[in-house]
Amino acid sequence: MQMVLRVSNLTCMRGGIPILANVSFDLHPGQILMLRGPNGIGKTTLLRTLAGLQPLHAGDIQGAEDQIAYAGHSDGLKSTLTVQENLLFWARIYGTSGIQAGLDAFDLMDLQDRKAHDLSAGQKRRLGLARLLVTHRPIWMLDEPTVSLDTNSVAQFATAVRAHCASGGSAIMATHIDLGLEAETVDLTPFKALAPIDDAFDEAFL
Amino acid sequence: MSLWEYANPRKFIATTDVVLPWFWAGTIACLVVGLIWGFFFTPDDFRQGSTVKIIYLHVPSALMAINAWLMMLVASLIWLIRRHHVSALAAKAAAPVGIAMTLIALLTGAIWGAPIWGKPWAWDPRLTSFLWLFLFYIGYIVLWQALDDMDTAADMTSILCLVGSVFALLSRYAFLFWNSGLHQEASLSLDKETNIADVFYYPLLLCIAGFVLLFITLVLVRTRMEIRARRMKALIARERMV
Amino acid sequence: MIAILTRDLRLAIRSGGGFGLSLMFFLIVVVLTPFAVGPEPQILSPIAGGILWLGAMLACLLSLDRIFALDYEDGSLDLLATAPIPMEGIVTVKALAHWLTTGLPLTLAAPAFGLLLDLPFSAFGLLTLSLALGTPALSMIGTFGAALTVGIKRGGLLLSLLVLPLYVPTLIFGAEVVRRGIEGLSIAPALMMLAGITAGSIALIPFAAAAAIRVGLR
Repeated sequence: MQMVLRVSNLTCMRGGIPILANVSFDLHPGQILMLRGPNGIGKTTLLRTLAGLQPLHAGDIQGAEDQIAYAGHSDGLKSTLTVQENLLFWARIYGTSGIQAGLDAFDLMDLQDRKAHDLSAGQKRRLGLARLLVTHRPIWMLDEPTVSLDTNSVAQFATAVRAHCASGGSAIMATHIDLGLEAETVDLTPFKALAPIDDAFDEAFL
Repeated sequence: MSLWEYANPRKFIATTDVVLPWFWAGTIACLVVGLIWGFFFTPDDFRQGSTVKIIYLHVPSALMAINAWLMMLVASLIWLIRRHHVSALAAKAAAPVGIAMTLIALLTGAIWGAPIWGKPWAWDPRLTSFLWLFLFYIGYIVLWQALDDMDTAADMTSILCLVGSVFALLSRYAFLFWNSGLHQEASLSLDKETNIADVFYYPLLLCIAGFVLLFITLVLVRTRMEIRARRMKALIARERMV
Repeated sequence: MIAILTRDLRLAIRSGGGFGLSLMFFLIVVVLTPFAVGPEPQILSPIAGGILWLGAMLACLLSLDRIFALDYEDGSLDLLATAPIPMEGIVTVKALAHWLTTGLPLTLAAPAFGLLLDLPFSAFGLLTLSLALGTPALSMIGTFGAALTVGIKRGGLLLSLLVLPLYVPTLIFGAEVVRRGIEGLSIAPALMMLAGITAGSIALIPFAAAAAIRVGLR
């Protein structure tokens, strides 16, 4: 059973400098959240912080423990392993069984014995996204998930996200493409961290 | 008032502004008096002749090479536990001073050893330990430089320093096990029986005090420099934020 | 965790370089030594144990940067870090996989290479024993070095520089076991130190290496 992911007054750092401050939102089961904002605003940093890859500078994240499946810019595929082997590996890591749902959702059945280095960029991306289904984690965190996908695959992806949310999951994604999903949009621009006004360098040199 | 207040960069710079001249003065006074006394106003050793006088550089630098390490270890621990940036920067600042002290100890040792042992280098446990220390300082310094992000570099080097300290002790034991040495026993100890004669002892103590002060002074100067470099980086980053 | 182990072993076999590369390097060191110091058994025999240990250590060093670099580049390390397996476990398994692909083959091949260097027959058992005891420490320490340099591009040389001093005690005690064995001295102290270093490394280094990986990923 998924809890509500609650982010309150989060400050994220990149390169030792706060770039987003006081980010707050709730993510309920079934909900989709779209992160918007110009390049460099900190969408990736926010997602990485939520996924626990980066320490948070201030604020609080609740309900993220063991709930998140993260998909970053790279797919984490091993080029000498086949599609099936790649997915099975992640299934075993997450202690789940069955990669069939992932193969079906992204139309990878015919490719499953193909080695990952023989796949096109779009096919690799589909394999990377299929991993999300394999993890059985309720909250998907997606960083530019539609890069190098064709229209058809984008539709497949939207269907997969919709199905995931219909079964009680939720998703946060940073994307500029309109997927035709019922989603809330969070514009990160207002959360941009302001440069400290005074000249006082405190302990952390911020 | 707590000691940790000095971990604030501002407070640190302000305080060192005041004390640094005194450290410089103390360093110069101790070293000038100690070295002149040692070099010109002590008798030659009855076996080693005037060669023995290199002791006034060799022993203090060797001592500080190890103490610099200890200081880095403590500073690394403070950084890992309390996240004071000045502490991490002080560890960074101490490393080049430490490697210089190690190098001085190795070189003066070679100069001393050449006429006395008949060769500048021997795989003696003490010598080998200093060579080990030298190698490790290089790795530590290069790791600092290889990482762009200051906090990442501080974390990585601190972890390296902790693990390295354990292996330093292990290596020291391994060297003793592997080869019993040529090097004489420690010249100084609290047990007066084994100490060198008083005529050598007092100038040597003064030289050691001078090296301690020199080390502190150099580390303070370099820490101030690192703080300013770090502040400059932060300022540039701030410019970009606006 | 077994999944990571089988995956790493499978990758090592498929990419071809895994088992073979360090063995080849070991062979090169062993074959070149007589060319450099001369073929006489009375020269080779006393240094054989040391050369074999040195060769094993260098061969081990050669493959260290592959431990995390590939996973870092293709993003799997990020994904593993968010997976429900503690980083300490991942690090330990990575070190185990490294040992299975380098340390173990080196240990098994060492007696054969010992023949090439006129290692006394009495020392064959000791050589294998000391390598079997010592190479896990080499893999573990190397994994720590690889974790420290995980985000650094072309960190291979730096990795060697960092790891080399840490390898010194293992090398000394390992080679000492063989040397003392040949000279008929007591080998127990060296053997115990070697085993102690390995046990200590396996027990403590995963924590340091995992901390370093977490720092390197952010």
